[in-house]
Amino acid sequence: MKIDSELIKKVAQNARLKLTPAEIKTFTKDFADILEAFKKLDKLKTSGEPVLAQPITKKNVLREDIPKKCLSQQEALKNTKHKQDGYFRGPRAV
Amino acid sequence: MKMRIDEYIEKVQNGKVDMVLKTKKVLAEIKKINKEYHYFNVICEDLALEQAKTLKKNAKSKRLAGLFISVKDCINVKDVESTAGSRILKGYKPLFNATAVQRVIDEGAIIIGKTSQDEFGFGSFATNVGLGYKTPLNPVDKKRVCGGSSGGSGGISKLASFEHVSLGESTGGSIVAPASFCGVIGFCPTYGRVSRYGLIDYGNSLDKIGAMGTNPEAVALVQEVISGHDQKDSTSLEVPTVDYAEYLEKSIKGFKIGVIEESMGKGVDVQVMEALNQTIKKLEFIGAKVKKISLKQITDYAVPTYYILATTEASTNLAKYCGMRYGAHEKLEGSFNDYFSTVRSKHLGEEAKRRIMLGSFARMAGYRDAYYIKAQQSRQLMVKEYQKAFKDYDLLLCPTMPVIPPTFNEAKKLTPLQNYMMDVMTAGPNLAGLPHASIPLIEHKGLPIGMMFIADQLKEEKLFQLIGALQQDEVQN
Repeated sequence: MKIDSELIKKVAQNARLKLTPAEIKTFTKDFADILEAFKKLDKLKTSGEPVLAQPITKKNVLREDIPKKCLSQQEALKNTKHKQDGYFRGPRAV
Repeated sequence: MKMRIDEYIEKVQNGKVDMVLKTKKVLAEIKKINKEYHYFNVICEDLALEQAKTLKKNAKSKRLAGLFISVKDCINVKDVESTAGSRILKGYKPLFNATAVQRVIDEGAIIIGKTSQDEFGFGSFATNVGLGYKTPLNPVDKKRVCGGSSGGSGGISKLASFEHVSLGESTGGSIVAPASFCGVIGFCPTYGRVSRYGLIDYGNSLDKIGAMGTNPEAVALVQEVISGHDQKDSTSLEVPTVDYAEYLEKSIKGFKIGVIEESMGKGVDVQVMEALNQTIKKLEFIGAKVKKISLKQITDYAVPTYYILATTEASTNLAKYCGMRYGAHEKLEGSFNDYFSTVRSKHLGEEAKRRIMLGSFARMAGYRDAYYIKAQQSRQLMVKEYQKAFKDYDLLLCPTMPVIPPTFNEAKKLTPLQNYMMDVMTAGPNLAGLPHASIPLIEHKGLPIGMMFIADQLKEEKLFQLIGALQQDEVQN
C-alpha cells in the first residue's frame, strides 16, 4: 500500500477535514511511520477467531415501547446559535 | 491538615463543619493553584456554593457529605461548560448531569470544576490540549508533564490540601498514566461497571470513568457510589455494587501476583525497573507470592490493536461535531460538506485531526478487514491470554508507564508513534475491560513512579485490598 499525499487527501475528505499543505505533508509522514509499525498485526494468526466489539458479554437491552420524558424543543435548541422558528438551521443541502 | 475521611464526612453530616466557609476557602485555594498549574478549564464557583448551602440543611445520611469533587472536562456537568478540552465544543453547556456526577451530587459531594485534559482524551502526557487551552504542569516539577489524558485530575489530586477526589476517564490508560506521573492513586473499573451516560465519547467500547485521589478511603467510597447499573447506558452491567472500603482493611496474605515479564525489559527506564524491583520486595514482605508471567501476545499487539480500534471509534464519534447544534459555530456558508469541514478544520487540534484521519482510514473500503477486523480479532486473543493468567493469579503487576515523567522538551521531541508506544503497559487492560489501578509506591529524586496492578473483570475489590495492605505497611514503617 502506498502512503502518499493523494491517499491522505482522500481520507481527509471522508473525515470532513480540510488540511493545509503543511498538514498533508506531516500526516503523510506520520501515517507511513505508524502503519509500518502496525504491520506487525499482519503476522498475527487470527483465522477463525471471532471479532470482539466490546470486552463484556451483554444481551440485547430492550424496553417496552412507551414514550418517556425527553428534552423539550426549547431545551434541544439551547446550545445552538443557528435556529429559526423552533428548528435547527443548517447549511445549504443542495 | 486533612482528617480521616470517615471522620470528616461524619462531622459534615452532623453539621459541625461550616460548609459555605469551607467551600469558599477551597475555591480560593484551587484558583491559586490553577493560576500556576492549569488544572481546571472551568471552576464552577456558583454551583459549588449553592451545593454547600443545600448541604447545610440536608447532610444527614449523605455518604459523601462535604467531599469536594473535580470532574474531568469530558464528563458532563449540568449548566457548566463541558468541552472535553476541545475548542470545537467551546460554549457547550450540558442540559443534564452524567450519571456518575449525579450520583456523587445525590450523596452530598460538592462539584468544584472541570479538569484539563488532552483534547477528547487524545494523549498520554496531557500536552495535546485543545486550541486555546493551557497545558497542565506536573505538581512535583513544573518542567515536566502531568501525564494524560486526565492530567488536570491527577495534578489537583496531588496538590489539594482539602478532602478531594477527582472523576477521571480512561480509554487506553488516561487514569493511571497521570496518576503515575503525579503520584496519586488512579482507579479504573471494569468496563460497564460505571455508567457512561453523559460522558463525551472517545471510544465507546473502551471508555470508563474512575476515581483519582490521595486518600484510599475516599477513592474507594467514590468508586462505589458511582458504580452500578444505569438504564441510560445499554453497556452498563447489571451487577451488585461492592463495599470497596471494607476491603481496604483486609490482608493480602497468600495473594498470587504475576509480574508481567515483558514489562521488565527493553524500553523501560532504569529508575522504573528499580522501582518495580522494590515493589516486588514490598509485596513479598506483606505476604504476597510473586512470580513472573509472560504475556507476550498482549505486550506485542496491544498498542496497534488499541490505536486501530480507539481511533476508528473516535472517528465516528467525533463526526457529530460540525458547528450546528452546539459548541463552536461559524457563519452558515456553502454546502453541508463545506461548512462542516470548515468548522472541524478550524477548531480541532492537530492530534484530534490525526486520530480522526487514522480511524477514518481504518474503516475505509479496502482497508477495513486488514485493520479494523484484524484488530478486533487481536482483542479477542488478548482477552483469552488474560483469562488464562487469572486462573493462576489474583493480580498482575507492571510499571504504569515505561518512563519517569518526561520534561516538556523531551515530550516534544517524540514522534506520534513514539508517543503511542508510551501506552504499551496500559493499552492491554483497557482493551480487555479489566479493572486496574496505579499506586504511588516509589519516588526517584522526588519524582513519582506508579505501579499498575490489574485484576480480573469485576474483581475491583482485590485492587482495594492491595491498596489497603500497602497503606498499612507504609503506616507501620
